[in-house]
Parts: sequence; C-alpha cells; structure tokens
Amino acid sequence: MSEHLTTGSMSRRRFVQSSGALLFAAQCPVGLSRKAYASGAGAMMNSFVRIDPSNVITMLANNSEFGNGAYTVMSMMLAEELDVDYRSIALEAAPTTPEYYSPLFREYLTAGSVTTGSTFMPMRTAGAKARAMLLEAASRDWGVPTAELSTVDATVQHAGTGRISTYGELLEAIHRLDIQPPETVTLKDPSEFKILGKPARRYEGAGKVDGTAEFGIDLKLPGMLYGAIARPPVHSGSVVDFDATEALAMPGVVKVKAIRAGVVVLADSYWRAQKARAKLKINWDRGANDGVSSEQFYADYRALADTPGLLAEDIGDAIGALDAAEASGNVVEATYEMPLLAHATLEPMNCIAQVEGDTCTIWSGTQYQSNDQEVISRFLGIPQQNVTIHRPLMGGSFGRRSSKTADYTVEAVEAAMGELVPVQIIWSREEDIRSGHYRPLFVHKLRGSVDESGMPEAWHQVAVGQSLMQGTKHDPTYMVRGIDIYSLDGCLQEPFGVFPYGTSYQIPNHRVESHNAPKKGIVPQEWRSVGHTHTGIAYECFLDELAHKGGIDPMELRLRLTKDHARMNRVLSVLKEKCEWDKPLAPGRGRGVASRIYNISPVAQAVEVTVAENGDFTVDRVVCVVDCGFAVNPLGVEGQVEGGLAYGLGGVAFGNIDIVNGEVQQSNFHDYPVMRLPQMPKVEVHILPSDEPPTGIGEQATTPIAPAVANALFNATGRRVRRFPLSSQGFNLV
Amino acid sequence: MKLEVNGNEVEITSEADTPLLWVLRDELGLVGTKYGCGIAQCGACTVHLEGRAIRSCVTPVSAVAGKRIQTIEGQASDQGLSPVQQAWLETDVAQCGYCQSGQIMAATALLSSNPSPNDADIDAAMAGNICRCGTYPRIRKAVHLAAALMSEEQGA
Repeated sequence: MSEHLTTGSMSRRRFVQSSGALLFAAQCPVGLSRKAYASGAGAMMNSFVRIDPSNVITMLANNSEFGNGAYTVMSMMLAEELDVDYRSIALEAAPTTPEYYSPLFREYLTAGSVTTGSTFMPMRTAGAKARAMLLEAASRDWGVPTAELSTVDATVQHAGTGRISTYGELLEAIHRLDIQPPETVTLKDPSEFKILGKPARRYEGAGKVDGTAEFGIDLKLPGMLYGAIARPPVHSGSVVDFDATEALAMPGVVKVKAIRAGVVVLADSYWRAQKARAKLKINWDRGANDGVSSEQFYADYRALADTPGLLAEDIGDAIGALDAAEASGNVVEATYEMPLLAHATLEPMNCIAQVEGDTCTIWSGTQYQSNDQEVISRFLGIPQQNVTIHRPLMGGSFGRRSSKTADYTVEAVEAAMGELVPVQIIWSREEDIRSGHYRPLFVHKLRGSVDESGMPEAWHQVAVGQSLMQGTKHDPTYMVRGIDIYSLDGCLQEPFGVFPYGTSYQIPNHRVESHNAPKKGIVPQEWRSVGHTHTGIAYECFLDELAHKGGIDPMELRLRLTKDHARMNRVLSVLKEKCEWDKPLAPGRGRGVASRIYNISPVAQAVEVTVAENGDFTVDRVVCVVDCGFAVNPLGVEGQVEGGLAYGLGGVAFGNIDIVNGEVQQSNFHDYPVMRLPQMPKVEVHILPSDEPPTGIGEQATTPIAPAVANALFNATGRRVRRFPLSSQGFNLV
Repeated sequence: MKLEVNGNEVEITSEADTPLLWVLRDELGLVGTKYGCGIAQCGACTVHLEGRAIRSCVTPVSAVAGKRIQTIEGQASDQGLSPVQQAWLETDVAQCGYCQSGQIMAATALLSSNPSPNDADIDAAMAGNICRCGTYPRIRKAVHLAAALMSEEQGA
C-alpha cells in the first residue's frame, strides 16, 4: 500500500506503457476496519466498499462527478463484481487521504479522461475481493463448499440447502471467523458481464430531474454567511484602499474586508452581498498586467514564431526538404491563431469554508482536492490532514475546477478567517468570465510541402503560447527540456516525455518546435481536451491545406498517413463509410474531416455544413467514430461524445476572451456566446467494438469538431480561416 | 409579502427588489432553481408564473406577489414524476444536471401550449436554455418523448 506512494509522480498518461491491468490490480488497496464494524456503522471490506448490517452497500468514490459519468461507471464496475444493482449502491465522496489518490496521478485528481481506464481494475477488484470474503464467510459458517454458493442481488445463496443471507447479515460471521481480504482474486471474464458494456442510465440521474441533486452552490450551513467579492479590473490587480460606508449600511451586510482576491462583502444572503458590493468604492493598483492585450499577445507570439524555438522533434530533414521544395512551388505556409477561452461552467465557481483553530473544512466542487488541501494547508500554515474537504456534485467543470492555484477555494478560506461561521463565496457570471483562468492564447506557425505524388513530405511547426505546467509543481513531469508537452499535444510522431504517442500520422520529415510565451496577463488553465484545443485546429487544418496543395482528398490523405496506425486507420475507414464521404453535396454545402488521439482513444469526425452568402452557416450533420477500447457504458460514451463536441463547436464558432488594456472585454453569455440548442447539429456516434482495456472519452470528441468544421467551411466556400473564432472571420454558426 | 409557491402560501421578508430567484433559493430554500447568469441569458432559473416560463433571476419578487409560482420542486405530484421528468430520466438527458431544472420547466411550458411540437418548435422554445454539457440532442429527444407520454396519459 505505501509502496505506490513513494514511487514518485506518475504521469497522467503513462499507464499505456505499463500494461494496464496488472498495474491497476496492484493499486487496489484493501483493509478491514474492525473499529468501524464494532461501532455498528458497517464494515469496511476494503478502501472502496463498506457494507452495513442493514445491507446498505456504500462505495467510496475517489473520482469527482461533474457530468463526466464517473459515479455511474465506478458504481457499475463495483456492482458487476459484487453482484448487486449499481443503482442500489450508496455513494460517498472518498476522503482526501493518500489511499484514495489516483494510481496514475499520485494525487486526488479527476482529469485527463482517465477515470474509466484508471478505475476499471481497482473498482472491480474491490468488488470481487469483498464478494470473496462474503462467500468465505457463508461457506465456513454454513459448512458448504464455496463452489456451491452463488451471489445474487446482494445475497449469498446455497441452492442445495436453500439457505440465503444478505451481505449485511454475513458481516457478523466475517468478524467472528476473522476472515481477511484475499491476496488475489479472479475477476469476471467479459463474457460473464451483466452490467459492464451495457447501456446504463446515470447513477445520480434521478436527483437531476427533480431538483434535489445537491451542488456546491446549493449548500446552506447553519449560520453561514454569503460572500461576494469585488475583483480587480486587471488580472494581477490588488486593493490599495476602499470605502465601505455605503455597503455596510445595506440590509443584511455583516462585514466588508480586503483579501488577496479583492474586497469581500459578507451578508446574510447572496443577493444582499452582491447588491452591497456594487456600493463599494475601491482604489485598485492595476498591477503588472496593466496594458496587456490579446492583439499584443498575437503580435508578440507571431514574432516569436519566426525565431527558433525549443526543439521537440526533428525527424528526417524538414528544413532541407522544405527549402528544396520551394523551387518547385510545393510549399504551403500558414499561421494559425487561437484566442483565450473561458470555461463558463453553468454553475459558477463557489466554495464554503470554515476555519476553526488549526483546522479548516471546505465544501467545494473540485476535480483536484489533494491540491486544494495542499494550497490551503500552506496558506493557513496547518498540517494537510487538518484540512477536510466535502465534495458535492458540480455543475460542469471542463478543467476549470482543477485549478492549480486553488483560486476559488483558498479565497473562501481567506474570507472565512476570523469568522465564527462558515462563509460561502459565490462568483457571479461576470466574475467567471472576467476573472477566471483561461485556455491560453496560442499561435502556431506552419510550413509544409508535398512530394510529386501530392503526399506531405515535410512539416515544420512552431507553437507559441503560455505553458500550463512551467513553474508549477508538475514541471518535472510535464516539462521536457523546457518544453511543456501539453503545448504540443498530438503534434509529435515519436514518444515525448510521459506521452507515449502524439499524432497517428506519419510524415517523413517532421520538425516541431515550441516557445513558452512569457507568463503574463492571465492564469492559463486546462480546458476540456487541453492542448488539443489549439494544436488540433492548427494540425488538422494545415493538413487539409497540404491535402489541397497536393490534390489529394482529405479523407484519403488521412487514411494513407495512418496506414501504420491500425486503430486510427480503422476509425477513419469506418468514418468514411458511415458519413458517405463520397456522396456529392449541393452547392453552398461542404464536408470536413479531422482526427485526433487523446489518451489512447482514436476519434475521427466528419461534418457537413451549409453556408449562406452572408457567411451564416449551419452544421447539419456530424458523424463521429470512436475507439475507446471496451465501452463500459455505451450510453455514457454517446453522451460524452455529443456533449464534448458541442463544447468544442461552441468554442471554435464564437468562443473568444479578448483582453484590451489589461481588462477582459466580455462579461456574460450575451458577449461570450456558447452553444445553444438550435445550433446543435445532428450527431451520429459509432463506437467501435473492442476488447482492449477502456480508455478515455470525456474530452476526445471536443477536439476534432473544430478543425473539421473549419475544413468543411473551406470545402464549401474556398475560404480558409486561420484566426479564431469563426465568428471573428465572418462565419456565424446559426 | 405573500407568495404562492408550488401551491403553498408563504410569507417572505426579502426586499421588494430582490429577484425571485434569490427569494426561492436563499429565503425559501428551494435550491432546485439555479443561478447561471443573472441577466436572463441562460435559462437556469426558469420557473412558471401562472403557468408561463419566466426567468426568475430578473423578476423582482414584488412583481409576483400573490401570483401562482411553480418551481422544479413542484413538478412531481403524489402520482410521481411529471411526464417531462419521466422522459428526461428515460432519455438519460442530464450530465452535470445543473441546467436541467430550467430545461424541464421550459419544456413543460412549451408542451402545455403546444402538445406536439416539431423540432423547429423545440429549437425556438428551448433556445434560451443553455446546457454547457451539450445534452441538446437528448433534450430534443426527451421533449418528443414527453409529448408522447402526455398524449398517452390523456388518451387513457
């Protein structure tokens, strides 16, 4: 158990190199808490399963639920091996202790679309080991061989004698006979699965139709005060002084004080806190980011892209091949520019904190609670174990709630310091859009050539943008020779750092460089599918440009470039057939295709668009083929694909955070538009059957949609978009 | 001030200009109705006023005094979930679920005025309700299913 805690930081994605199943089996902690049983509260069969005498079976969930379906797949896995109905399992968020850290991240973190893959063996093993103990108890207690026993609906049964006991009833025998968890256990063969691989509705779905699902923003603790924070107009700004006279005179206002994030008004209701906040008079020091602008970022990054970057990969002789190709006119050059993006989760950031002596308790929707704990313990100067985190459901996250700075968490702690009651900070939508963390702005400069047959011969890419990992505690794992591996997500042909794969395409001369842009203006943050959100557009659109240059059909080109990558080649072959790629389209319509691999899962999408004279366009149809290994819950996979591509489509169509003179110009959904129902295309999802271990699907569909749509617009109109969003170039998704 | 919420008369003390949303959430503890934008752009706060869908985040409570208000908490009855809720559950619409109270309230209002909407009707009626998880394909499907369930119910 302690072994895995001392082996150092494991990569988010290294598991592919470690022959999955064995690794995960080894990570399944076990232990039987006698104390818990003796108290009558139920027996911990192992870290993940508690059974109560009343036969309530509780799963301790160490992955967050924010729409990703974590609770559904985890309960399905446990239920499968324990022979219970997954919907009958009770669920608790597991505490923030190392035994619940992700075996991949060595942290308590739900990210990177690895929940299904990384829990597939541990949760099944936990269920199977608990079941084995129950069988042994019944066998010894009843004096019958284990082989004659069966488990059905949380009972152990013996056909010969007709004897039957609930799991809860067998706890006494487990205790009396001192039955210990088995060292090893045999898991079901997939052919025996009754739950896994079958479409299953969301575990916590019922509360999400009757209003009872409890999100962080819904919690109300006795005596709790609500806090609204006035934040500086510029990221990096700070309070010089303030006048709260008027605010303090407003009804319900209890206190106004300066914290690092700004000036916080504490009141007995959130509305009253918000209203009083508007009455504050604050002098701000605008700080180091005063004067920065998105346009200046673009200009600076373009200039950087013309200079040599840090070399990530240099296969063959790309520069030589490109220079030679100039003479024959076979070279294409393009620069792609991607803006800052906000996550805009529908439930705004919020956190409740209570500080009592040298302990702190928070109630927070979070993807990353070991980090929250760490940041809070550092801030308060108290031991990490003195920070208790309660994790409610989350109204979306998309990466935002994996904040490395724990921004929305630690500020609540700061606001609660010195108060005798819990304090809940809630962000307004305006704060969310203006004062959040963002997908960093990126510029990719590309130069490529095609050979006489029209196939890509050389590729030279220089990426410029702020690094997600540089200077953070993750630096040693995710920075390779100074290069943030996320800045080049899916751009490299050879393994790089902890990423065993990049692109599935093979181009003979392939050179990729990266610049870490100066840390300035904003705090960069992972945004659903991370680096692929910009590399996907640059890579897949430029590949389309090369296809056009070489006179090769874009689908055909991708099929040829992936001939050595069996899984992606299969995905593309199925896609070509399902989307009826060769069927002619009417004038004004266009087709586009793109493919990406994210965490081992190859995904490809083909889209059809219709473009009006004025640039208004509709996405009429999206066909998406995914290979996510064994699909634990096909219904969930389909939902993640639909939703993931909706998120990516909104982003590419009109997602844009624009900074002028240090200030974010957007503030709410009227000027930071997101996808709405009428804009949603018809989506067809094809999940390829597979016996491979499950891999991710939460972020995979977000990436290809953006370049596929841009490529389809080119196909329809002959106009190539290289600055995003599409709406900034006259293409409006309607 | 008196309100009629989900069939119950309640006395409230919030200031007259307080948006209905915050009266429901902070004073009455009816937190199924959500805050998403505060400016009637996202639909998460949708409730029914005299059977019509309104945005409670921009509706001062004084404007609805004495009027009939229904929230997500008032959708189910002694007979169980409403047809729209059943359809939502059966279609497995929700992902994070945060917007779904508003979606269900908007869909219920649509179906009460148009019992058999086509896709265009659904698009028009539901365009004001944002779902960041992108459950839109299933929302469309669930509205059709709810329409079918309601017509079955009436036929029975």
